Amino acid sequence: MTGQLLAQLMNGLLIGCMYSLIAIGLTMIWGVMNIINFAHADFLMIGMFISFWLYTLYGVDPIFSIPVCGAVLFLLGWLIYRYLVSKVMTGPGLAQLVVTFGISIFIANAAVFLWSPDFRMIEKPLLAGTWNFGTVQLSIPKAIASLGSVAVSVALFLFLRKTKTGKAILAVEMNRSSALLMGINTERVNALSFAIGSSLVGIAGAFLSMYYYIYPQVGGTFGLISFCIVALGGFGSIEGAFLAGILIGVVQTLGGYFFDPAYKYAIVFAMYLVTVWIRPQGLMG
Amino acid sequence: MMTMKKPTAVQVVFYAALLAGLLAFPLIVKGTFPTHIMIMVFLFAMMGVAWNILGGYAAMFSFGQAAFFGIGAYTSTILLMNYNVNPWIGLVAGGVLAALMGAAIGIPCSNLRGHYFAIASIAFAEIVRIHFNNWKFVAAAEGLSLPLLPESLGNFMFHSSKAPYYYIILVFLLLSVLICWYISANRMGFYLRAIKESHELAKGMGISFVRYRLYAIMISAFLTAMAGTFYAQYILYIDPESVLILPISVQVVLVAMLGGAGTIIGPIIGAAILLPLSEITRVSLGYKGSGIDMMIYGALIMLISAYRPQGVWGLLTTIGRRGK
Repeated sequence: MTGQLLAQLMNGLLIGCMYSLIAIGLTMIWGVMNIINFAHADFLMIGMFISFWLYTLYGVDPIFSIPVCGAVLFLLGWLIYRYLVSKVMTGPGLAQLVVTFGISIFIANAAVFLWSPDFRMIEKPLLAGTWNFGTVQLSIPKAIASLGSVAVSVALFLFLRKTKTGKAILAVEMNRSSALLMGINTERVNALSFAIGSSLVGIAGAFLSMYYYIYPQVGGTFGLISFCIVALGGFGSIEGAFLAGILIGVVQTLGGYFFDPAYKYAIVFAMYLVTVWIRPQGLMG
Repeated sequence: MMTMKKPTAVQVVFYAALLAGLLAFPLIVKGTFPTHIMIMVFLFAMMGVAWNILGGYAAMFSFGQAAFFGIGAYTSTILLMNYNVNPWIGLVAGGVLAALMGAAIGIPCSNLRGHYFAIASIAFAEIVRIHFNNWKFVAAAEGLSLPLLPESLGNFMFHSSKAPYYYIILVFLLLSVLICWYISANRMGFYLRAIKESHELAKGMGISFVRYRLYAIMISAFLTAMAGTFYAQYILYIDPESVLILPISVQVVLVAMLGGAGTIIGPIIGAAILLPLSEITRVSLGYKGSGIDMMIYGALIMLISAYRPQGVWGLLTTIGRRGK
C-alpha cells in the first residue's frame, strides 16, 4: 500500500517535471507579451514528431535529437511571431486570443494530413528499462526525461538572471514602456521570448518522445494542463510555473489513485478553479 | 454606438427583404444539404449572439460555451427519455439549469479578467465534458439516441422534412437577436460596456460589477442551452464528443469574432461565412479524415485574426465610413 503510494508519488513528480518545462515556455510568452499561445502544445507535438522521424529514418536516438528539436522550434517560433503574432500585438484583445487557436488547428491537422492520425512510438530507445529501489520501480526514460527537464529549466533560469539578453527579457516582462525607454529593443525581445518559449517546448517534446505515444492530437491535454499550470503559477512567473507544474503532476496522479483515473484531469481543473477563486492572481503572481 | 441609432429607411427595407428571403428559402431551395447548412448557420449564429452578450459587451471571453450547449442538449434528452417530459419543457429546464450552472461558475470567476477568465471557462467546460464522459446515468461516452416521436411541432420532432427545423431555429435566432438588442440598448448594455472599458471606473460609478456580469453569464448560458436542445432534437443523437468538446466553444468564439465582436449583426455574418465554409470543406475535402479541411479552416482563422482583426463587419463599416 505505502509502496504503491510512493510509486504514484514518484510518477507524479516525474510527469510534473515535464509539465514544468512545457509550462515555463508558455509562461515566458504570456509574461512578456501578454498572449496565451494556444498552439504551444502543438509545438510539443512537432518536437515529438521531429524526434520520431529522426529515429525512424536515420536511426538517431531521441537523446541526440534534443538540440535539433530545440533549434527547429526556435526558428519556427521566431517565424510565427514575426509573421502572425506580431500583427495582433496592438490589435483587439480577442484577436490575440484567437490567432494562436488558428495556428493550433492548422498545425495539428497538417500533422494529420502529412502523417495520418495514427499513434506511434519509438520502439527501442537507447534508454530503457527500470531502476528498482526496493518496492518502487522507476522507468529509466521517464526519470532521465524529467531530470533533463529540470536541468533545462534551471539553465533557462540562469540565462534570464545572468546574461544581458536574459535581463532584457525580464525587464520587458516587468514593465514594457520603461524597458523601451531604457533602450531595450522590445520588438526583438518579443521575438526572442517567443522563440525561446517554443524552443523549450520542442526540447520537452524530444524528452517526451522517449516514452510517450506520438500522434497529431497529443497536444490537446498537455495544452489545457499547461494553461492551468501557468495561471496557477501566476502571470508570467517562471518559478511559479515550475512549482505549479510539479504540484499539478502530483495532484493528477494522486487524484487518479485515490478517486478515479478517468477523473484525474477533472481534478486538476477543479483545483485550478478553486485556487483562482481564492487567489485570482495565481500562487506567485 | 451605431446600434443605438434609429434605423434609416434603407436599413428597414434591407432587413425586411433579408427576412423575407430567409422565410422563403426552404420553399425555393429543395435540397436537404443547403437547408442543413442554413440550419447550422442559424444555430451557430444564435450561439455567437449569446456569446457576444458575454464577450462582446462585457469582455468576458468565454471559451466554455460548449458546457452550456451540452447541458441544454442532455437535460431535454434525459427528461424525454427517462421521464417522458415534452422537449419544449425540457428546453426551458435545460436553459434554467445552464443559467444556474453559469451563475455557480460565474460567482467565483467574476473577478477574473482577460486570459484568466478564458482559461477558467475552458477548465469548467472540460470538467463537465470529463464528467459526462464517465457518467453512467447519461450513458457515458456511448451517447444517447433520442426516442422517435410522431412528427409534430408539439413533439419538437420532424422526419419528412428539415424545413420545420429551419423555421424553429430561425425564430430562436431572432429571439436571441432581440434579447441582445434589448440589452445593448438599455441600462445593462451601458453598464456592461462601462465595465469593459474600465473595471475601476465602473466600480467607482457605483455599478454592481458582479451582478451585471452574472446576469450576462446567465442569459448567455440560457440561450446557448436552447441551442443545445435544438441540436439534440435535430440530430437525434448526442454524445460528449458531439456536444461538449472544446472545438464547439472555439467555433462559437470564431463566429462572433469573424463577424466583429460587440456588434449585433457580427455573429450572424460570421456564422454565414464560417459554417458553409467548414461544412462544405468537410464534405468535399474531408474524406477519410485527412485533416485538410481543418487545415484550411485553421489557416483562415490565423490569417483573418492576424490581418483583419476587426472582423468582416468592422471592415465593411470602415469602408462604408470612408465612402461617405
